[in-house]
Amino acid sequence: MSETTNNNTQKEPLFSKKNQKLLSNPLNKDNPITVQVLGICSVLAITVQMKTSLVMAISVVAVMGSANLIISLLRKGIPPRIRIIVQLTVIAALVILVDQILKAFVYDVSRQLSVFVGLIITNCIIMGRLEAFALNNKPWPSFLDGIGNAAGYAWVLLAVGFFRELLGSGSLFGYQVIPNAFYDFGYENNGFMILPPMALITVGVIIWVHRSRERDLVDIS
Amino acid sequence: MQELINIFVKSVFIDNMVFAYFLGMCSYLAVSRTVNTSVGLGAAVIFVLGITVPINYLLENFVLGRGALSWLGPQFAGVDLSFLTFIMFIATIAAMVQLVEMIIEKASPTLYNSLGIFLPLIAVNCAILGGSLFMQERNFANLAEATSFGLGSGTGFFLAIIGIAAIREKIRYSNVPAPLRGLGITFILTGLMGIAFMSFMGIEL
Repeated sequence: MSETTNNNTQKEPLFSKKNQKLLSNPLNKDNPITVQVLGICSVLAITVQMKTSLVMAISVVAVMGSANLIISLLRKGIPPRIRIIVQLTVIAALVILVDQILKAFVYDVSRQLSVFVGLIITNCIIMGRLEAFALNNKPWPSFLDGIGNAAGYAWVLLAVGFFRELLGSGSLFGYQVIPNAFYDFGYENNGFMILPPMALITVGVIIWVHRSRERDLVDIS
Repeated sequence: MQELINIFVKSVFIDNMVFAYFLGMCSYLAVSRTVNTSVGLGAAVIFVLGITVPINYLLENFVLGRGALSWLGPQFAGVDLSFLTFIMFIATIAAMVQLVEMIIEKASPTLYNSLGIFLPLIAVNCAILGGSLFMQERNFANLAEATSFGLGSGTGFFLAIIGIAAIREKIRYSNVPAPLRGLGITFILTGLMGIAFMSFMGIEL
């Protein structure tokens, strides 16, 4: 009996049901931002434009996938007492790489993101998943978990960026989408959307919509 | 002296960590259920920011920046270690948090007990690393200004978390729409508080 289960686990296909769940759950029911409340800081601060949101989302996907993979590979060698420092060092090293790449290829975006690239290090989403998942799981599921959670983070980031840029500046990715005729009729960009507090309210509304669709997420307390 | 007070007031109100830059949001949302715990976390953040920002200021100016190593000798004048900033800052913060924890445990067990679990958690609070990174971006003239900035940012976080905790204690008695309860309404409240804090914007000190 044990032999067959052993065989099963060894022959588990790369994208088995369980592994697919690891990827798809964080997109919806277990979303890192709207449900787990991790990594809020950057969602709010860099979502004024789609462009910065996209660059940030890609950076977090890259850092998170590789951090989960590395920590999972190292998981048997890390003494529990110093695991936080080890994790921070791994993340910091990866973030330095991302920062240097951004500075080299998209310098203007890197200027706009300013300190928030560095703050990926303390983005609780990454630490949280390392602690909760990568430390006790095999490399491949950990990698999928990292990518899944980062993707869940990315879509909220892009959604907030979409609404803020569309309503705040009337453009997407810097291209004007609201036709000039609208402005002739007296349409005005809502300058309020660009200001920081509106990011919070946008996320609040996204949570509201999300929870009214997924009734079992509603906070009973 | 006046300059120091200006930096302090500016970092408490105008450049508030929570409302202007959204730093430390994770712990701000997670620990703000009651006023008592949020006072503990707020005090710990003031404390740690007040220590780590000046230390990182010294690191930045004597080890990491371009030409900062020139006190070792003229041949080091061109060395630029600034790509190591993140790793050095986070190491300092993690080490300082450990050290502070040990010192407080020995010197004042009552304070240690009241801060409890919050001290170790602070190492991964974005407000702390953010404080150091903003300090680097703003090029303060001397150590005292950096310290004043650190303490001010901490106080700003303290005020913000106590404010939201007090509101959340009261809002339990209100009839909030079910899907909005808990997290959703907290976000919207923080947004409204942020709008209130925007009234400080544009004040020149």
